[in-house]
Amino acid sequence: MTTDESAIHDTQPGTYVTVWLLLLVLTAVTVTVARLHPTRFAVALAILIATIKGSLVLTYFMHLREEPWILKAMLFFALLSLALIIALTFADVLYR
Amino acid sequence: MNESNELAAPHRLDYVGAKMGMWIFLFTELLLFGGMFLLYSVYRSKYPADFHKAAADLNLFLGTANTVILLTSSLTMALSIAAMKKAARNRSFLMQALTISLGLLFLVNKYIEWSAHIHHGIYPDSAVILTMGRGEIIFFSLYFVMTGIHGLHVLIGIGAIAAMLLFTARETITPRDFVKLENTGLYWHFVDVIWIYLFPLFYLIT
Repeated sequence: MTTDESAIHDTQPGTYVTVWLLLLVLTAVTVTVARLHPTRFAVALAILIATIKGSLVLTYFMHLREEPWILKAMLFFALLSLALIIALTFADVLYR
Repeated sequence: MNESNELAAPHRLDYVGAKMGMWIFLFTELLLFGGMFLLYSVYRSKYPADFHKAAADLNLFLGTANTVILLTSSLTMALSIAAMKKAARNRSFLMQALTISLGLLFLVNKYIEWSAHIHHGIYPDSAVILTMGRGEIIFFSLYFVMTGIHGLHVLIGIGAIAAMLLFTARETITPRDFVKLENTGLYWHFVDVIWIYLFPLFYLIT
């Protein structure tokens, strides 16, 4: 029963290859943008692309979309904690 | 709860528990790297010009090549688990071996990169680096510590996958029980995600 159940949610090799190609395209985009248009949005754009790439790896390669909600909630709180630590420390440094 | 349920339940619970344990470990790793990303952002906002200047010294080609290598190794890792699920043991073995090879290639590039830095006199506390601006010194300190600890993780990952190769050969990992391989995959992909952020922060901000 366990095997049947997980087989339904199994990510197929073709999906992995598609995700990998997408990751390579995003890498090409982020390198090209950084070299051609050094605007003040460059950093924000680089972080945004990195976040899209990271989400793709988490969702497909790390099978997050196949995991129970409790695991997604745990990851959410781990990321929230990190964001709070960074934001609060940053605020402290900026307004010191 | 009757006897058959008790026999059937632990395996499934174990599987979820084993993966959850791995994720909790990865959260501690997230905070380890998170602390360093925090230092990076604070000092970058303090010395933006120095960070730009120092980042120009990094080899964009090697950095991009290493990004492609790690992304590809994540693909082969994911494929090795998919193959094991389908009882294609040989293909899984091959994909694990490919993942290790790509990980080693990543480290070879890191060796070339660091050798070039050291050749140019850029290493912590060197005479060259002490003549630089404060922000540049901090940039290179963060660069060596963050890519160094990341590289150490790649090395540990290679060791873990090598153990999985052995388990696969000995049939300790089977198409019905492959949580070891899956957790090793989680670790490998996590190390990939860290690099996905390190790459733009150190190589693309010039």
